Amino acid sequence: MYGVGILKGLGVTIRHFFNTYVEDLRYVGKKLNSTQEFERRQGAGSSGIYTVQYPEEKIAVPERFRFVPFLVVEDDDHPERPGHDWCTACGICAKVCPPQCIWIVRMEDPVTKRPIPQPEAFFIDIDICMNCGFCAEFCPFDAIKMDHDYELADYDRTGVHIHDKDKLSKPFSYWRSIAPTTAWEEAVDRGGWEHIDIIKQKQKTGAPVAKPGAAWDSPYVPPIVPVKEEAPAEAAATGVPAAGAAEAATAATEMPVEDAAKEERRKKREAALARKHAKEQDGEG
Amino acid sequence: MSSLDLRQLHDTEFPIPDEMQGNLAITSLSKVYNWSRRSSVWPMLFGLACCAIEMIATAAARYDTARFGMEVMRASPRQSDLMIVSGTVTKKMVVPIVRLYNQMPEPKYVLAMGACASGGGPFKEGYNVVSGIDQYVPVDVYVPGCPPTPQALINGLIALQKKIDGQSLANMDDVPWYGVGPSDPVPIPILGPDIIDPRQMGLIRQQAMAAAAGQPYGLRELPTVPMKIVSKTASAAGMVEVDAISVVDEAAEADRKARRQDAVARKRAFLAKS
Amino acid sequence: MTDQMIAPVRPETVDIDAAIGILKERFPDAVKDDTREGYGGVIVERGQLVEIATVMRDELGFDYLSSATAVDYLGIEDSMEMVYHAYRTTGGSPLVFKAQTPRENSSVPSLIDIWPGVDFQEREAYDLYGIAFPGHPNQKRILMWEGFNGHPMRKDWKEAYYEEEHKPFDSRWPKGMVRRAEELNVYGKNVEYPADFDLSRLSDDTESSLYAGMGLGVNVEALDNTDELKTDRLVVNLGPHHPSTHGVFRMVVTLNGETIETLEPVMGYLHRNHEQIGERNAWLYNMAFTDRLDYICSMSNNLGYALAVEQLMSRGMRYTPPTYRAEVIRVLMVELTRIVNHLWAIGFLLNDLGAFFTPALYAIAEREKILDFFEATAGSRLMCNYMRFGGVFKDLPERIHSTASLLNDKVRDFDTMQYITELITEALPRAVDELDRFLTDSEIVKTRTIGVGYLPAETAIAYSAAGPLLRGSGVAYDVRRAEPYSIYPELDFDVAVRYNGDIYDRYLIRIDEMRESLRILKQILPRLEHTKGESFFAGNKAVYMPRVALGEAYGRVENPKGELGYYVVSQGDPKGPQNPWRYHVRAPSFINLTALGQMCKGQKVADVVAILGSIDIVLGETDR
Ligand code: SF4
Ligand code: SF4
Ligand code: SF4
Repeated sequence: MYGVGILKGLGVTIRHFFNTYVEDLRYVGKKLNSTQEFERRQGAGSSGIYTVQYPEEKIAVPERFRFVPFLVVEDDDHPERPGHDWCTACGICAKVCPPQCIWIVRMEDPVTKRPIPQPEAFFIDIDICMNCGFCAEFCPFDAIKMDHDYELADYDRTGVHIHDKDKLSKPFSYWRSIAPTTAWEEAVDRGGWEHIDIIKQKQKTGAPVAKPGAAWDSPYVPPIVPVKEEAPAEAAATGVPAAGAAEAATAATEMPVEDAAKEERRKKREAALARKHAKEQDGEG
Repeated sequence: MSSLDLRQLHDTEFPIPDEMQGNLAITSLSKVYNWSRRSSVWPMLFGLACCAIEMIATAAARYDTARFGMEVMRASPRQSDLMIVSGTVTKKMVVPIVRLYNQMPEPKYVLAMGACASGGGPFKEGYNVVSGIDQYVPVDVYVPGCPPTPQALINGLIALQKKIDGQSLANMDDVPWYGVGPSDPVPIPILGPDIIDPRQMGLIRQQAMAAAAGQPYGLRELPTVPMKIVSKTASAAGMVEVDAISVVDEAAEADRKARRQDAVARKRAFLAKS
Repeated sequence: MTDQMIAPVRPETVDIDAAIGILKERFPDAVKDDTREGYGGVIVERGQLVEIATVMRDELGFDYLSSATAVDYLGIEDSMEMVYHAYRTTGGSPLVFKAQTPRENSSVPSLIDIWPGVDFQEREAYDLYGIAFPGHPNQKRILMWEGFNGHPMRKDWKEAYYEEEHKPFDSRWPKGMVRRAEELNVYGKNVEYPADFDLSRLSDDTESSLYAGMGLGVNVEALDNTDELKTDRLVVNLGPHHPSTHGVFRMVVTLNGETIETLEPVMGYLHRNHEQIGERNAWLYNMAFTDRLDYICSMSNNLGYALAVEQLMSRGMRYTPPTYRAEVIRVLMVELTRIVNHLWAIGFLLNDLGAFFTPALYAIAEREKILDFFEATAGSRLMCNYMRFGGVFKDLPERIHSTASLLNDKVRDFDTMQYITELITEALPRAVDELDRFLTDSEIVKTRTIGVGYLPAETAIAYSAAGPLLRGSGVAYDVRRAEPYSIYPELDFDVAVRYNGDIYDRYLIRIDEMRESLRILKQILPRLEHTKGESFFAGNKAVYMPRVALGEAYGRVENPKGELGYYVVSQGDPKGPQNPWRYHVRAPSFINLTALGQMCKGQKVADVVAILGSIDIVLGETDR
């Protein structure tokens, strides 16, 4: 009969329509905005309303997410070399960058003109960068990583879209906080939490090296700074890849996620707020 | 009131007649006006490249620009307030884009979505790619990323809303479509042997003359741009001057100033007339 | 002579070597083996190209010309070359033949009478390489505009922002001279004008040359003919800014009343110089650029390129093929991509039919779930950049999880295997069934689509159509079966095929293919479990400067939109060049459009939009 097909189709639309209200009914009087609820709403089997109320709730991006790159530097409270670059100006990232948007100035000794393995300046033109992640993938020193901060909208590009070293540098603990599993994997590969050169140096002198997975017997282990209470702490621990299986077995429970100080959380939040505030002021100005 | 003086209305010191005291709420007209404008920004249904896919995803149910009053994507430039330049702008395409931009009614906004629209993107070096749409039409908000995720795009849209909020009716530089009328149309580029921006005709003529006279012309000569040292970095060996440079484009800056003065002059002329 | 030719086997079934043998016998002077290192196929005397091609098609059964492209061997042989890949629709490997021409006044006879599918490809070669094709009825530029200065893919042509012949550029390290390329240009723009640029003749005639000969205006004679309804021919432009052209595509149609008389696709509005940039790039770089070809299916674009370069690498020393797990993951990703693409295509086909956005919304909703998985695995929703030569970027993550780093961030945490299992066994089948229920029986959809945009099987083959367009016309040709790659031989699936060749059948093909993909994915799941923990990469770690042997390779995959091929040539540095000498993409969207004019002739103007939607093009790939 003519029209049955249309009715069947409209049935589907009607179901979709009602589905969007089912949740309201099911969660009457219950807290709808909990993390579990968000997970269910944004999961594989979700149906009904699944809109992300963006500025009020944001989908946290997964660990491997790539946006513009940033440079890893030591934390400010690192005992030996606070704020020191991890980058050794080896130039590999500039060589693997497909659109060639990385410029590195290697440091030179002013007297002897011999190169010093440190970047004097480091630029990434984010108007060219294609967020491909090759630089992070091939950097032998784990010194350049893909950032998760995508909120970069701006009113002007001339001044700000070439990121210089100041803007690119972020502490190692930041990297650990946004990508705990990946940072852990890399630390396993390096043989310790610190920069590979430091580890090698320490191994030579016999000093203790803070090993991922081993007890925290080192004088310095970069802290991990979770931002949110709801962040499931086990996530990081269970995300151990099969690749590092040997160490993984011992390490699975030892990610010091819980240790994170409330203080740091507050700082982080304040920083985010300040950033937001600054943007707002920009907008008005 | 025979002629509405907008500056007066905006003035919070606007005296309220005694008999009306207490019966009247005063808000700034700018506020109401901006609130209604920013809550109904209609983007143009217009996708260029990869970023357009993310733009569509943003408009779809999961991120839902309807929450910002932006779900009405208009296919016609005449009905839209916002042009989201979502993707690589090629020389061939910039001609229609400029036309579309000229056809949009004031107030109009341009959002450059993605690296390509902002500054050329990964394909910048290509012979058919325009290094950023802002070389042809003014851009209000830049959203970096390749592609910006839907959340990043919404972030940009919110930034645009803030920009609208910040515009004041009292300042005709902000709202030139009031009083001084719409801004001049952008001259439409011409597809010759390469794309020609009519605004650069003088320069092109100069270069062509140089070429005819057998002098060096065209490209790959360093223009004398002022450079400044942006940062000094402490190295192990002490302070070292960095020879990395960032360029201040004085010409562009002067151009911007001139345009601004022009707008101010037009505004003055308008005010004097009324 | 023909008597000798009669062999016990029919010539159209002999294998490639025997076919070449037959050709050489028939044309002893004109057909020679290509003996250059790493090359295959034959070099054909260009004077006899048409005759030889006719024999190939009619007697040897190579009825499907997959790709035709030009290569400029400046500095190596100082000649240009047209390279053709001809296949049989019954399957098997290609017959590669080449025609050489000098660089000056280069010309190669057009093959448009043998395989009409070369139409756009020859125009592209003319546009970008300046090779003339005598016999081509419409030899105009296709990607650039008429009047553009030079033929940009020639090796001696330099773009305005030219910096160095090959990447990586020296100015990046160790003395990073940071500069925007605009700053080095007097115009501050990506432009360059020839020295003899005549400013007095400054007018934009790109449009008028397009309309020339389209019969604009009123035909007075026709008006006198009182027997007919008086209709004017009208030229209508659809695009480049038009909501239904799926991007910046343009069609110039001449209408008689509401009926289409001619339709000319105009493209190049998104010509991003992919191939030229690809030839400056090192081998690995192009992987990230392939994402941006068909930006809905970046995963399968990656795979095609990886296969092409792996072919080259395998001829060198020290090459380990991808591990089994790598192949399993690749197929997982590629088949998910197929579903993503078809969901998108169906949603937007319905948009074009007038069901504005509801079907698209439902389709996008399901697509987002797959994108979440891509994002967690490869790092980006669209631009996955996931495959590497010899494997993939990284193994699947143990858990799809995130940490909050921005204000108001909400975190999620799933077990990856659980997530994709739920996706593959429940969510996606449900979604496909729902779309099916929603649309397939709908009378409106049927009325709009059945019998519209008809493309018969022979025409589809002749026009080198691929993918759902070809299979919707009753040709069961699928690269996954015709020339299997990866682990497809061991997977159990059917090639979806429908026989009516109209929009409706193309729609049904997409539904069928999603079901077949789900069938494949269900077979992939146990393989994933089984290979868990195995290496996802051949050898030690991905290298950024892979060693690539000299020669040519053509890697092709069945992309959701059709056959995607990469023709790569490695030449130059005998130690193993770091850059492709030639990097060509056989883009299904581009070649499928060849048949568009044919399909639209005689249809109503409202159907053009639907027909275009049923081809399912993406402009990043069409224009490259
Ligand atoms: S590859 Fe790593 S260490 Fe080398 S220059 Fe780049 S960021 Fe620095
Ligand atoms: S992400 Fe890719 S494009 Fe961006 S800087 Fe790194 S290598 Fe270059
Ligand atoms: S910025 Fe990236 S994703 Fe956007 S259009 Fe350009 S290449 Fe495509």
